[in-house]
Amino acid sequence: MTGWERFTDSFFNARVMAEYLPKIVDGFVLTVWLALLIIVAGLALGLLLAVLRAFGLRPLNWLIVFTVDLFRALPPLVIIVLLFFGLPNAGIELSGFVASWLALTLVLMAFAEEIFWAGITSVPKGQWEAARSTGLGFVQTLAFVVLPQALRITIPPLTNRTIAITKGTALASVVAVQDILGAANAGVSFSFNPSPLTLGAIAYLILFFPVVVLGRWIETRFAWRR
Amino acid sequence: MSPAPIVDARAIHKHFGHLHVLRGVDLQVAEKELVFLIGPSGSGKSTLLRCLNRLEEPSAGSVTVDGIDMLDPRTDINKARQRIGMVFQSFNLYPHMTALGNVALALRKVQGLPRADAEAKAQAALERVHLADRADHYPAQLSGGQQQRVAIARAIALEPRVMLFDEPTSALDPELVGGVLAVMRELREDGMTMVVVSHEMGFARAAADRVVFMADGLIVETGPPGEIFANPQHERTRAFISQIERH
Amino acid sequence: MDVFLETFLNWRIVQEAWPILWQGFQATLLLSALVVPLGLAGGVMIALLSTATTPWVRWPLRVWVDTFRALPPLVLLVFIFAGLPFIGLDVGAWGAVAIGFFLNTGAYYGEILRAGIESVPRGQIEAARSTGLTRGQAMAYIVLPQAVRNVLPDLISNTLEVVKLTSIASVVALPELLFQARQAQSVTYNATPIMAAAVAYFVLLWPVVRLLSRLENRQLAGRR
Ligand SMILES: Nc1ncnc2c1ncn2[C@@H]1O[C@H](COP(=O)(O)OP(=O)(O)O)[C@@H](O)[C@H]1O
Ligand SMILES: [Mg+2]
Repeated sequence: MTGWERFTDSFFNARVMAEYLPKIVDGFVLTVWLALLIIVAGLALGLLLAVLRAFGLRPLNWLIVFTVDLFRALPPLVIIVLLFFGLPNAGIELSGFVASWLALTLVLMAFAEEIFWAGITSVPKGQWEAARSTGLGFVQTLAFVVLPQALRITIPPLTNRTIAITKGTALASVVAVQDILGAANAGVSFSFNPSPLTLGAIAYLILFFPVVVLGRWIETRFAWRR
Repeated sequence: MSPAPIVDARAIHKHFGHLHVLRGVDLQVAEKELVFLIGPSGSGKSTLLRCLNRLEEPSAGSVTVDGIDMLDPRTDINKARQRIGMVFQSFNLYPHMTALGNVALALRKVQGLPRADAEAKAQAALERVHLADRADHYPAQLSGGQQQRVAIARAIALEPRVMLFDEPTSALDPELVGGVLAVMRELREDGMTMVVVSHEMGFARAAADRVVFMADGLIVETGPPGEIFANPQHERTRAFISQIERH
Repeated sequence: MDVFLETFLNWRIVQEAWPILWQGFQATLLLSALVVPLGLAGGVMIALLSTATTPWVRWPLRVWVDTFRALPPLVLLVFIFAGLPFIGLDVGAWGAVAIGFFLNTGAYYGEILRAGIESVPRGQIEAARSTGLTRGQAMAYIVLPQAVRNVLPDLISNTLEVVKLTSIASVVALPELLFQARQAQSVTYNATPIMAAAVAYFVLLWPVVRLLSRLENRQLAGRR
């Protein structure tokens, strides 16, 4: 075999690829689900925490800030491992999917809260005062006047952060989830050929390349605001 | 004083930490009166206005507006604030809403009017400030003077009993000041009670019933514009007025 | 509650696992000290190349950067570690981590530095060139320092992410903190070592998170 043949036979082996394509497709669907569930829960919780923080209740705010700091400082894989391998020692079993979802949701929640909060505090005080002077209550002012403005400027950083954290779904393969990487790894060990990894990498590129380009577009689109 | 004043603030004190910003201010405003508030920067004019609708919490004293005790914890402050319109130096229009949306928001959310009714009222308010044709413009598409008139419409749409103006023309280019002052004149002619903080002495001469001069958190002197400007009693007032007139 | 303390905060286990955890912690620091400069070097290269005006450089570069931003770093790492040996390229765990981080982290640092360079007004280069500085000198002494300052929060933030990301090296059996904690867990049948690793990460990185949260608040507020 020439070097080139050996290369294609290893990484682009048609027979192996055909065999493991269905598994990778299943993994693709699973990855998309996991990602969507993380995004929905993480952003919702992050927004909730930021809104709670706006009420300015001291002890609650310390708790929120600490929680946010905690999940910004811990590596997502450490949280996943703690949930998946650690909890069973205390008699609590989470599936790999749930452990990964929960861990990455908490991480996205933390980053999203930070970004939403920065957005809320960036709305000038005069907006609050004008709204309150017309009789709008605190919650109404937050909902109709402040949040719409805050969300607008948080879109670029939030998009990029969400993409970065969503890519962490690949970590689920470490706790035996058959996502794209999990399926690809299994394929490699069964076939003793790395072509399933090539397929997996292509699947990730199909999934995330457009998202990364979209994120770039959103950054420039909103750049005039700076 | 014959009838009960519509704004009745007594012995107002305000501290910001160690700073004693209002040091016992009394201000009564009669119905349909236009009180013009002047004084050096930092003398506490804005703080006083903001104590009247409780955007700022007075440290001591009492504030009654239209018979409602503004400082009573049982008062529904959001309802009470609807009777007191406020116009800010920096307009503070909501940038994500059209002019109509800005005016209609409180009508819908506080007064609970259906959207169509709220917008009809908002449109009428915009007409009063001569901006009916700008209803669907966003603040960024309006000149400073137009933005300030929308802000006035936002306040008068709620049919307040009193209007507070905090330097409404100070952020405007000179050629845009006239339009805002004209709208304020019309409001006054329609019988609105107004408290105006401003440096527009011409407007004070033409439209004010009474001028109040503040310094260092106290009311130093008060009287009809003709007297205060021509014949101030206190040295501080004299110095301030001569300085302003030089411009 | 007792079960919880026994399982997650067991002092006896911490003492037992201490030597192995300490080794892991040191390896994590060493790993960070290796991959951060590597990534920065890659980033500077990408940023400088992206100042090129010809589309023949810019477009391939953009595809390169977006590819490595789109691939999850763990996928890249596994590909290098488990895939390349099939064609006789066995670079080992440290080698795989170094290559993977150079590609992935370099792309991120590159994007940040490019934005930084673009934020420096053109007049700065022109002024520098007008005083006789070469293009390279103008870049090194005038543009890059300002660029770095303008995007400092993003650079710190990315560095924080890189240090956290070193934990994926455990997947390729590189004995860093998380890997060692897993080892200790499997011999003690107790989750305390993983908890200890989490505490170590937190103690190490919390100050950085605090700093960042201040910088970011200021930055976003300044955007209006
Ligand atoms: N929220 C605040 N916190 C601390 N000090 C304030 C605050 N608002 C106003 N001040 C201070 O109170 C004083 C009076 O301010 P202000 O009422 O705005 O004066 P004026 O409107 O007459 O210029 C100033 O010294 C100002 O710095
Ligand atoms: Mg003022």
